[in-house]
Amino acid sequence: MSNTRTIDGVAKDAVPGPRDAKNGARPQGAGGKGDDEGKVLNVFSHGFLILWSVMIVLPLIWLLLGSFKTDTEIGSSAWSWPSNWNFDAFGRAWEKGIGDYFANTLIVLVFSIPLTMLLGAMAAYVLARYEFPGNRFFYYFFVAGAMFPVYLGLVPLYFLIDMLGMLNTYQGLILVYVAYSLPFTVFFMHAFFRTLPTAIHEAAVIDGASHTRIFFQVMVPMAKPGLLSVGIFNVLGQWNQYILPMTLMQQQSGFDKDRSVLTQGLVLLNQQQGYEGDLPVIFAGMTIAMLPVIVVYLSFQRQVQSGLTAGTLK
Amino acid sequence: MQQGKYRFVTGFLIVPVVLYAVFMIWPYMQTFGYSFTNWQGQSQEMSFVGLDNYTALFSDSVFLKALWHNILLLFFLPVATILLALFFAYMVNVGGRGGAGGIRGVAGSGFYKILFFVPHVLSIAILAVLWRAIYRGDVAGLINGVFIKLGLSDPAHPIEWLNEPDLVLWCVAFVLLWWGVGFYLVLFSAAMQSVPKEIYEAALLDGASRTQSFFRVTLPLLWDTVQTAWVYLAILAMDCFALISVMTPGNSYGGGPDHNSEVMATYLMRNFLSFGKSGYACAMGVVILGLTLILSLVTLRISRRERIEY
Repeated sequence: MSNTRTIDGVAKDAVPGPRDAKNGARPQGAGGKGDDEGKVLNVFSHGFLILWSVMIVLPLIWLLLGSFKTDTEIGSSAWSWPSNWNFDAFGRAWEKGIGDYFANTLIVLVFSIPLTMLLGAMAAYVLARYEFPGNRFFYYFFVAGAMFPVYLGLVPLYFLIDMLGMLNTYQGLILVYVAYSLPFTVFFMHAFFRTLPTAIHEAAVIDGASHTRIFFQVMVPMAKPGLLSVGIFNVLGQWNQYILPMTLMQQQSGFDKDRSVLTQGLVLLNQQQGYEGDLPVIFAGMTIAMLPVIVVYLSFQRQVQSGLTAGTLK
Repeated sequence: MQQGKYRFVTGFLIVPVVLYAVFMIWPYMQTFGYSFTNWQGQSQEMSFVGLDNYTALFSDSVFLKALWHNILLLFFLPVATILLALFFAYMVNVGGRGGAGGIRGVAGSGFYKILFFVPHVLSIAILAVLWRAIYRGDVAGLINGVFIKLGLSDPAHPIEWLNEPDLVLWCVAFVLLWWGVGFYLVLFSAAMQSVPKEIYEAALLDGASRTQSFFRVTLPLLWDTVQTAWVYLAILAMDCFALISVMTPGNSYGGGPDHNSEVMATYLMRNFLSFGKSGYACAMGVVILGLTLILSLVTLRISRRERIEY
């Protein structure tokens, strides 16, 4: 905070001429006013930054503590402290289906993520590096998809998946996830492939490598940083998806296995346990659903931020 | 090499294009067609009803209420999020002064950037369940807990946040603000960092205060990014399905009390999955698209300024 004073002081000493002229123009003593303004702003801004930090951390800590509380402790006061630190609620949440929902999400992602990355990279590569009639058309065809609200296609999508007999199946959701992830993946990888040097490509051609071979053995390894960023983006996006599984993964006619994904299952658990009065289970379920993304985020924090913001920056 | 090119291009494009066209573009296009029918779903029986669905929509008081709520959110959500995010981004990037360079962020700026972004990686379903607990109408809710601690509300009659007709929509909007600010902080930070430091230093040497350099230097240079942010936040404000359907009271897909937090997405889903009015729901999908497009175009037009090159 005192830094402001120093820099103003230095400025005043070093360049007396213009500074004085400035003071002359502002008779009420601009130097002193600037200092005060700096201080007030500093306190003010730090205050706000700290306040917002508390507003982010407090709910998350409260949530974590809630998974260790008893039902009465949660119900009686927001500030009660957990009396015993055991993992019962986590076990109960797991038995109530969180484990299955977790597994369902993983099964879907194990297929949808590699497929998204492969198809997205293939399309982006061809569009970025090859001249052919319709190139621009296909590029905009893909990128336009990101502009439409998902609700526009939801009703026909449901009946399409129904018609294909893929409601409440993994393969249905996987195909839809891949299709919905393509616009951003193609957009991002297109930009990335364009930045790669052409000389290497030419060298590979002279060495007699086929187009396919150049892609898999030269281009994909070179595009690793881009693939990582967009991959994390897709993992988070598909892991957190709610509206698509809500519509497409409804349990069918009783005897079908429940294939709800984690986000859906969490909301389901919230409804059921709300009635049954087992609140710690909800908190534990949320903690279980939250931990993987927080861990992914903290380990790849830079890539997550650049991946997510690249979708907005054009 | 040339003769193999087209075969290669086709081979690489065909699967992605077909998949994307079938599961994304085709349903989008079908919606327009279905919106002119009285389709009930399941069976393929339907008849063409022209613009009936659209005229019905605009005399449906629940839909109009939902539309109004979306419009309110369309305006307030971007304003609040952008202002707060710009303020934080400015503090984190150029707010601190002193040191040799003169231009840097406040202390701990890297930490703030990481922390503020955390809500954005949480799924909207987690947000909804979490904030439903935070807003609880009894003493167990986190907000009521804080308010009682601060003496702002009476422990015997805590505020029933999500049951108050006048509060419920703003409670949901706040969650979106909480979720979005960190993201736009990072976005604006990236934009601010691409502005050469000399520009700020020049302003500093000319005796500009921080407020002045923000409004005269930073904001004009960031205008493009702010505009993009506005469009994205507007698209977000058209959604809100998960938050409303999980957090607010109501029979199916929330929207209560008494439709006071109804948005178009929840009403669409109720008509589609609970009432089986698929054609009607499709018409709502088209209205959502229309509003989004109008808003993006208006934003881009109003905020068009001369581009500043640097």
